[in-house]
Amino acid sequence: MSNNPNRGTGVTLSSAGSRYWKSKSAYLGVIPFLVFTGIFLLYPTWNVVTGAFQDDKGQFDTAKVKELAASPIVRNAFYNSLEISFKTAIFGAILGGLFAWALTTGKPGGIFYKISVALSSVLAQFGGVMLTFAFLATFGFNGVISSIFVKLSPDSFLAQSAWLYTLNGLAVVYTFFQIPLMVLVFLPTIENMKPQWREASDSLGGSAREYWVRVGIPVLTPSFFGAMLLLFVNSFSAYATAATLVNMSDFLTPLQIGNALSSEVGGANPQEAKALSLAMVIVVIIVMFIYAQIRRRVSRWESSR
Amino acid sequence: MTWKVKVWRYSIIGLVGFYLLMPLYSMLDFSTKPFAYFQKGRTLEAWKIIPSQPDLAISIFRSLVSAAIVMTLILILIVPTVVWVHLKLPKLKRIVELICLIPLAIPAIVIVVGIAPLYRWISINISESPITLSLVYSMLILPYTYRSLSAALDAADIHTLAEAARTLGASTFRMMAGVIMPTLRTGILNGSFIAIALVLGEFTISNLLNFKTFQVVIAQIGRTNGNVAVAVSLASILFVLLLLLLIPQKNRQKEVLDVDVA
Repeated sequence: MSNNPNRGTGVTLSSAGSRYWKSKSAYLGVIPFLVFTGIFLLYPTWNVVTGAFQDDKGQFDTAKVKELAASPIVRNAFYNSLEISFKTAIFGAILGGLFAWALTTGKPGGIFYKISVALSSVLAQFGGVMLTFAFLATFGFNGVISSIFVKLSPDSFLAQSAWLYTLNGLAVVYTFFQIPLMVLVFLPTIENMKPQWREASDSLGGSAREYWVRVGIPVLTPSFFGAMLLLFVNSFSAYATAATLVNMSDFLTPLQIGNALSSEVGGANPQEAKALSLAMVIVVIIVMFIYAQIRRRVSRWESSR
Repeated sequence: MTWKVKVWRYSIIGLVGFYLLMPLYSMLDFSTKPFAYFQKGRTLEAWKIIPSQPDLAISIFRSLVSAAIVMTLILILIVPTVVWVHLKLPKLKRIVELICLIPLAIPAIVIVVGIAPLYRWISINISESPITLSLVYSMLILPYTYRSLSAALDAADIHTLAEAARTLGASTFRMMAGVIMPTLRTGILNGSFIAIALVLGEFTISNLLNFKTFQVVIAQIGRTNGNVAVAVSLASILFVLLLLLLIPQKNRQKEVLDVDVA
């Protein structure tokens, strides 16, 4: 210890330290946290995972899982969920990514930049009832855009509001909160690009197009895909908007879960809700795992830069 | 800026701006329509009767109480635990981090499924108030809290601070509350903003568990009077936007959204 250059700075405490810091009673400090998260986080998770394989009497049983996996209605809802998440992740990432770039071309920290970022943080959380109202006021019966189209071309789909209740219609609604989320996630990445790269490319005679094709896009690609995976999960987990707009229980997996759960009150089968939930969690974990791998690669690259 | 960049910039801003602002404008348009379909013109009637809506004021009040409880739980339970683990139990760091990040992998709709029996028990034995939801809400914001906390803890050398406090004779409580917690102010302020936004915007859990929270009440008003419901929604969006613009902070968004599970 006497030769330790860090002596007295506190740096060594985490590794060595006196007996006081190592005392067993320190573990008591974590117990309230473990009890609380155990009840409100770990228990529900455990409940879903095990409940999927238990029948009404608590006996181990895989019949329900097999039955649901084979059901065409369940499969259809699941594919719908994957499809809408995929579509809105792509469109949200492209539009939000472009908007984030457009923000960086303006004055950084200017009033437009500030308002755009603040608006993005609000709208990224904007879902459920209020989002449904907003789109019904726009495209619904007598909405702002639909009433324009009733006058212009009464036969076009925009003059009616039926398209809003289809999968693509719901995708248009979801994209509304995907774009701002993408702006928030992707803006720091674009701001991290060094102006020197552009200068180097320019002074070597590269055109703007060459800069983007050879430098800009390759640099941004991993972060872009990472952000897209976050958007995918965001859309895949969404329940409130679909529930208030479409409200057909066989449309998306979260709606099916909601339906199975509300009928649980009437004594129906909770196992179905748990089995469907387990399927959702598996998808989310796979996507988040890929996201973590991409993030790790990006941060390693950023720190070695 | 070359003219090419300008053309790209303004067309993108125009397109995305239209996408994002049109529905908001439509809400304003809808909320100022007269109640009867055959009437013409504009009216502020819907905005005027917001204060007299049943359940609305009480649900907003309950939301604010819930947000305060969420914040208290974070301050007295989550923050001290994370600091404690960083200081004294580095072996448990990974486990605490993993627990804090679980909500990222569990969608709200799945949490409802798992927690429904628990809340049935709470409703029968403890209280039927929607404020009890603040317990599960504080779980939902764990990942955000943890990320901004651990960033702040890595930036401040808490080991030195802790040792200095102990050497000067501070008790463990004094060291935590008086020395270490104040260095985490920014993270805590961010946390309170997320707590308010989360509690005001949450629908999935409260609706499925049959609690009358702000969003559930808005949906309920929407069934009887669409104009008023739209006016309330727009007002709440503008309120949160104003709140965000008034809290000046440099890196708020980055910290809030850097949800990194790696």
